[in-house]
This record gives sequence, C-alpha cells and structure tokens, in this order.
Amino acid sequence: MIALLLRDLRLAIRAGGGFGLGLAFFLIVTVLVPFGVGPQTDLLSRIAPGILWIGALLACLLSLDRILALDWEDGSLDLLATAPLPMEGIVTIKALAHWITTGLPLVFAAPVLGVLLNLPLAAYQWVLISLAVGTPALSVIGTFGAALTVGLKRGGLLMSLLVLPLYVPTLIFGAEVARRGAEGLTVQTPLMLLAGISFGVMALLPFASAAVLRINLR
Amino acid sequence: MVLTVRDLSVTRGGLAILEGVSFDMAPGEALVLRGPNGIGKTTLLRSIAGLQPPETGSVTGAEDQIAYAGHSDGLKAMLSVTENLQFWASVFGLTEIEQALTAFDLLDLRMRLAGTLSAGQKRRLGLARLMVTGRPIWVLDEPTVSLDAASVALFADAVRDHLGRGGSALMATHIDLGLDEARVLDLTPFKARPRTRQIDEAFL
Repeated sequence: MIALLLRDLRLAIRAGGGFGLGLAFFLIVTVLVPFGVGPQTDLLSRIAPGILWIGALLACLLSLDRILALDWEDGSLDLLATAPLPMEGIVTIKALAHWITTGLPLVFAAPVLGVLLNLPLAAYQWVLISLAVGTPALSVIGTFGAALTVGLKRGGLLMSLLVLPLYVPTLIFGAEVARRGAEGLTVQTPLMLLAGISFGVMALLPFASAAVLRINLR
Repeated sequence: MVLTVRDLSVTRGGLAILEGVSFDMAPGEALVLRGPNGIGKTTLLRSIAGLQPPETGSVTGAEDQIAYAGHSDGLKAMLSVTENLQFWASVFGLTEIEQALTAFDLLDLRMRLAGTLSAGQKRRLGLARLMVTGRPIWVLDEPTVSLDAASVALFADAVRDHLGRGGSALMATHIDLGLDEARVLDLTPFKARPRTRQIDEAFL
C-alpha cells in the first residue's frame, strides 16, 4: 500500500504527471475573477469565499480522470487487482494520492490567492480550515466517479456529470463555513456537517468504488 | 498447490464462448493453451486469474497463488526499470529484484526510463515482473509477443527454472517455446454452442 502511494506521488511530480495542473487552474480562476467582476472591492470580498471554493472544486474535477484511467490504459490496474492488495485499499490509496497532489496544494494556495479576491481578514483561517476538511471528500467522491467510468474512452464528460451533483453538498457547507467565518458568525454547524460528509464518504465510498471497479475490470 | 479447473464456462460481452473446460495443473507442470483467435484464451486466463467471475464451474487452488501477465505490461513510462520492478516487488511483499534483472538480461538497462525502452525490452521487463511476485502459478497471455529469438530463449529458461522450483505455468501462445515438457491443451473442442440467452449483464 505504501509502495503504491509512493509510486503515485513519484509519478505525479515527474514530467507529465499533472502535479501542477489543478494548482495552475486555481490560480487562473482567482486571477481572472477580479477582472470579470470589475473594480468593486466590496462585492469582490463578499463573493471571495465562494469563488475560492468553486475554483478549488473545479481544479479538483480537472484531474479526476487521471486517477484510474492511466493505470487502466497501461494494464497496471489488472495487475494490481491480482496482487495481494484489497481493491478497497487500492482505491483508498489512489484517493489519498490524489488529495496529496491536488487537494493539499489547493488548501495552502487558497489563503495566498485570497489576497487577489480581497478576502476579508477574518475569513482566511476559515477558508483554510474548510478546504482542509472538505477537499478529502472531493478526492474520495472523485475516485468513485473515476472508478465508474474507468473503461470508457473519453469518459471525462460522463464522469463530470456523475460527480458534480455529488459535490454539491460539500460545496454548500464548505462555502458556508468560509462565508460565515468572513462575516464573523459562528461556523460550528456547517463545519460539523462538512466534516460529517468527509468522514462519511471516506468510510463508505471506497467499498462502492471497489465494487464498481471489479465490475469494470471484467 | 494443484490448480484445478472444473467445467468452467466463460463469457465475453455477455456471450458464452467456452464451456466445460476442465484440467489440472500440478507443481512443476507447464500447460500451453492453443486455439484460433477469438476462441477465448484471454477470457479463460482472466477468469482463472480471478479478474472476472466464471459463468459456471469452479477454479480451485488459485487464490493468492497466481501471477498474471496480460497483453499490457503494466509499466510506468516515467519510472526507471529498477523503480518499476521494485514497485511490483514491494506490492507482493518482496525486495529482491537482482535475479529477475539478470534472468531477463536487463542489468544494462536498469537506470533507463521504461518509456524509452523498445517493445521487446518492455516485454522482457513485464516478464521479469513475474519473478518478483514470488507466486507459484504463472498465468501468461501471449508472453512472447515482440520478443526476438534470443529473448524467447531467455523466457523459456526462466519458465524452466520456475518449474524446477516447484512452480507451474499456464500459457496461451501461438509459437513453440522449446519447452518439451509442456503439455498442450487445444481449446477448440470446448467452444460453446451458439444459443440464445437473456443478456442482463448490463443491469447487474
């Protein structure tokens, strides 16, 4: 399992691994939004938490189809399925590797890029916390979507359609934590719900992902 | 551990292609599957390797014993030869890869990225992977594709060595490996009779 994680991380940082893809996309979104909104700093700072969350979510979505498709194409997935690792473990490690290479950099980039969006000072810590709690859910749900579409050529469109509705609760509560934090309100309820979603999908979805992956490998 | 296959029927795309396949393979034995294209050699091997459930019949003695090598080698282009092998060795809980590198004449290529190898060299690396699994039953689908005569001989030596150490090998291949001890099983008599059946696989 550790070997699989290390291999995926090593592949991600080598040429063509797509490590910076999500981060670059996130940067582009946050740089372009102020130009689109125009010179209204009060409006910008009101929508900043939501924009940061949407940017992070889309950046995550961008790299989802690489999670399993590459291993499917070169045959490693077949070989991993016959290896002593349980399939549930394989999909969990894949999701973890995706989070480390995509979700975690976004968590640390968000406060920095928040400056570009005139993010209120009180919101910085809550954007950081809500993304740290919420992005694991994005990776785990995304791995499920990738497992569903693994055998399809150009399955990216179908996967986005399948995954986006599942991302909605995470986005609602994640952005709510950041918004309430920005306005100085209590964040306890949405933060607990966000954590609940993350832990819930982490506990349950690997079994679903493993089941659909077994069917797709037939 | 004897691999026992009894009355196995397999389907591809919802259609039965082979039925009633039965054979035994004892340690030290090699079995070569023969048959025309499309007869179901790959599907049969995937069923035995546990990648797809058989329609009917049973496979015993295969659980956690099989090292499977399919049409693709499962190599990562951006990892070196050593890194690729080391990864598969550690997945199977082993660390020793020198022997596999030597057996398939990969020592000079060990620092090269797998993506820069030729097709035959990639295949040799894919076959070397079998040796780092430590598993007794090798299930090989067209193992000699894109290998030259010298590499086929290397492969035959590796198989012979594996058999000598109590392993066994089940292969689908069209060429003669020079393995005199190998039994040949022709799959043509097991071809499924055409029949209509409810195709419900898409909804399972």
